[in-house]
Amino acid sequence: MATAIIPSLMRKLTDGRDRVTVSGKNLREAIADLDRQFPGIANELIEDGDIRASIAVSIDGEVGANGVLDTIRESSEIHFMPQISGGS
Amino acid sequence: MAESSNGHYKVIGTRPIRHDGIDKVTGRAKYGADYAFPGMLFGKVLRSPHAHAIIKSINVEKALKMPGVKAIVTAADLPEAEDKVEQVGEAAMNPRYLSMNILAHSKALYDGHAIAAVAATSPHIAEEALRLIEVDYEVLPPVMKVDDAMKKNATILLPNLRNKEEGDNPTNVASHLQFKRGDVAAGLKAADFVVEREFNTAMVHQGYIEPHNAVGIYNSDGQATIYCSTQGAFDVRSMCAQVLGVSVGKIKVVPAEIGGGFGGKTTIYLEPLSLMLAKKTGHPVKLVMSRSEVLRASGPTSGSKIKIKMGCTRDGKITGAEVWMAYEAGAFPGSPVGAGAMTILAPYNIDNFQVDGYDVVVNRPKTAAYRAPGATNAAMAAETVIDELAEKCGMDPIDFRIANACKEGTPQIVGPPYKRIGFIETVEAIKNSPHYKSELTGKNRGRGFAAGFWFNAGMQSSATVNIQTDGTASVITGSADIGGSRASMAMITAEVLGMDVTDVRPVVADTDSTGHTDVTGGSRTTFATGMAVYNAAQDVVRQLKERAAKTWEKKPEEVKFEDGKFSAEGEGIKPMNIKELAKRLARTGGPITGRAQVSTGGIGVGPAFAATCVDVEVDPDTGKVQILRCTVAQDAGKAIHPSYVEGQMQGGTAQGIGWALNEEYFYDAKGTLRNSGLLDYRMPTCLDLPMIETAIVEIPNPIHPLGVRGVGEVSIVPPPAAVANAIYRATGVRMTELPMSPPRLLKAMLENRRTHELQAAAAD
Repeated sequence: MATAIIPSLMRKLTDGRDRVTVSGKNLREAIADLDRQFPGIANELIEDGDIRASIAVSIDGEVGANGVLDTIRESSEIHFMPQISGGS
Repeated sequence: MAESSNGHYKVIGTRPIRHDGIDKVTGRAKYGADYAFPGMLFGKVLRSPHAHAIIKSINVEKALKMPGVKAIVTAADLPEAEDKVEQVGEAAMNPRYLSMNILAHSKALYDGHAIAAVAATSPHIAEEALRLIEVDYEVLPPVMKVDDAMKKNATILLPNLRNKEEGDNPTNVASHLQFKRGDVAAGLKAADFVVEREFNTAMVHQGYIEPHNAVGIYNSDGQATIYCSTQGAFDVRSMCAQVLGVSVGKIKVVPAEIGGGFGGKTTIYLEPLSLMLAKKTGHPVKLVMSRSEVLRASGPTSGSKIKIKMGCTRDGKITGAEVWMAYEAGAFPGSPVGAGAMTILAPYNIDNFQVDGYDVVVNRPKTAAYRAPGATNAAMAAETVIDELAEKCGMDPIDFRIANACKEGTPQIVGPPYKRIGFIETVEAIKNSPHYKSELTGKNRGRGFAAGFWFNAGMQSSATVNIQTDGTASVITGSADIGGSRASMAMITAEVLGMDVTDVRPVVADTDSTGHTDVTGGSRTTFATGMAVYNAAQDVVRQLKERAAKTWEKKPEEVKFEDGKFSAEGEGIKPMNIKELAKRLARTGGPITGRAQVSTGGIGVGPAFAATCVDVEVDPDTGKVQILRCTVAQDAGKAIHPSYVEGQMQGGTAQGIGWALNEEYFYDAKGTLRNSGLLDYRMPTCLDLPMIETAIVEIPNPIHPLGVRGVGEVSIVPPPAAVANAIYRATGVRMTELPMSPPRLLKAMLENRRTHELQAAAAD
């Protein structure tokens, strides 16, 4: 089962828990499972069927490019973080 | 996959003359303001003189009647834009706010906010016409600082702005984010030394010399073309489509050569105006900002307030860190506070921390990206406090960093562990540098050190490599060249194809001529577009092997490609290079085009660190700081063209020094910008700085075929803190405000002297 690391300001939606075990083969399924366990949290993460534009998701240390279709593995660790921009 | 960083390359790592060099130094290169078309009109923008005002009415009748004036547009000509956050290119943005920034809707929200745009037969007529536009303003109190904006009964800028924590109450705080690990109270309690300081940094501009420009052409069939200076042609297209309510496919963007961007040209200002006026008049319309407009009305980066408390044991181990940071977003939400929060502690392995960040709107221009946005402000706070802790421990500042350094496997602030990174190697490069090893002597002199981090982005890029009939190649990408990237693309192509780099012609294409490519920003171009180019060149090799096989009546798998030559076993088979094989292409299947597209993920695909050492001399009578010597080290993964990597390092460092010592937006009590020119907005010139020494560190990025990490940004992060630490050693004064300009530093030194005199008198 994968682990979703809950951002600190969302932990009020997960009874204070910072880590939640989730199942699924991709982010869509993992977030759906997270929402089953803690109803309402999906609304913080998903808009119009995909990850909110203001959020980036790292799976096993890599920020994915495929939104809810990004695959996860049995032991994956999922982090949600703010989307940022660069200058250069 | 090619070997990395140990001399196995023939082209990569060399320093050929850039392909665009001659055009650039002879004035032949075409910049946005150089474009001219038959029947072209000239546009000018009316801008608010007020920092905060309700727009009660706009009357353009008199202006329209002026001879030579052909059209005027206001926000009334814009379609309603959606009020939601969307991903456009690299950034998340709200189309409604973007539209409101292009032309003010019901309120003017900063001095310089665009109110209307005029197209006329000459720029002078357009300028005169602006005076005839009558705007009825109800002036409101300006809110210029985060402190004032966050007060309980603050004047509200955007009546509809809400955040989760304040519910349905109007607010100037667009968002709050937080990162937390461990128990910060326990961590600080366990410390032998604790330093707590508050920092204020001023709003600064990217300082590109070339102003914003755009030429819009609108055809009667609804197809539009924009020629402009931009870091991202595809982003301009998407954003203009959003603002104008048209489909992306109706707009073609041709990126001109660019005279600097540094993040400031990753958004739009004049582009939709040029199209709106072109549509109304049926003529091409050109707009070019003046310097004053650039400073008043483009996108500087945030000023900030940062409070930091950090503790360590006496043997130099950081035990806890607590940070509160508020960044100016400008008139609309979207400061880089998120990046500031994620970078402030990024170089270090700290078990206990809490970082709270606030995105705050104020009556200043909407902020835009500036080279590692948010990170420089954050490093000023963290790296000076760390310097203070190192001193309390009696440790060398570099050794203190190494003792707390992040490595492969260290969890980042946001959680995931780092892959292979080069922080320790980068700071050691400074420690082992001739500069750091040299002795600094003389009165009023000091040496300072600081480090910094940037994520570097990946995202999407496309590339095509064509083999010409003479066996030379062209490589076509959609990445605007702001730092020598087209030379790097040519070098990667030449390396893979075993060619001379002068036989590869790099092209930066428009949005119709190449596949989608995200912005040249986020230090992503050599990483992601370079990856696409590498893959496209490999595709060419694969196809050429098939042609060689056909020629020799062999199977493709029997053909080898090595050192630029195709060969196979067999009697009478002579190896061929690409030029020789090119003669046979027409009879073996036709032209060869290699193509590739990549989607390489978001931020953090090749994180990089920089470290800066600087020696200063401070004039005790004026507070003027002279930079005596400066060295920057940076992990580039693999430097494709070392001169251009060094150029990025030196450029970022120079900008960081300007940020440290002189640059700031100066607003008066009415919220009017008083230094909207480069005489008074003081950036360093080559007369202010010594040659900046560089040390390129190469720790290959494990996820790139050539080991490349982004290099464009991170060097701007450490300099303000390094300069502050040097000033401390020269004067005994710890500065907590940027810029550390002469009046500010002199005042601090005089206060420090007075304090010491009083203490000495009391001791007597």
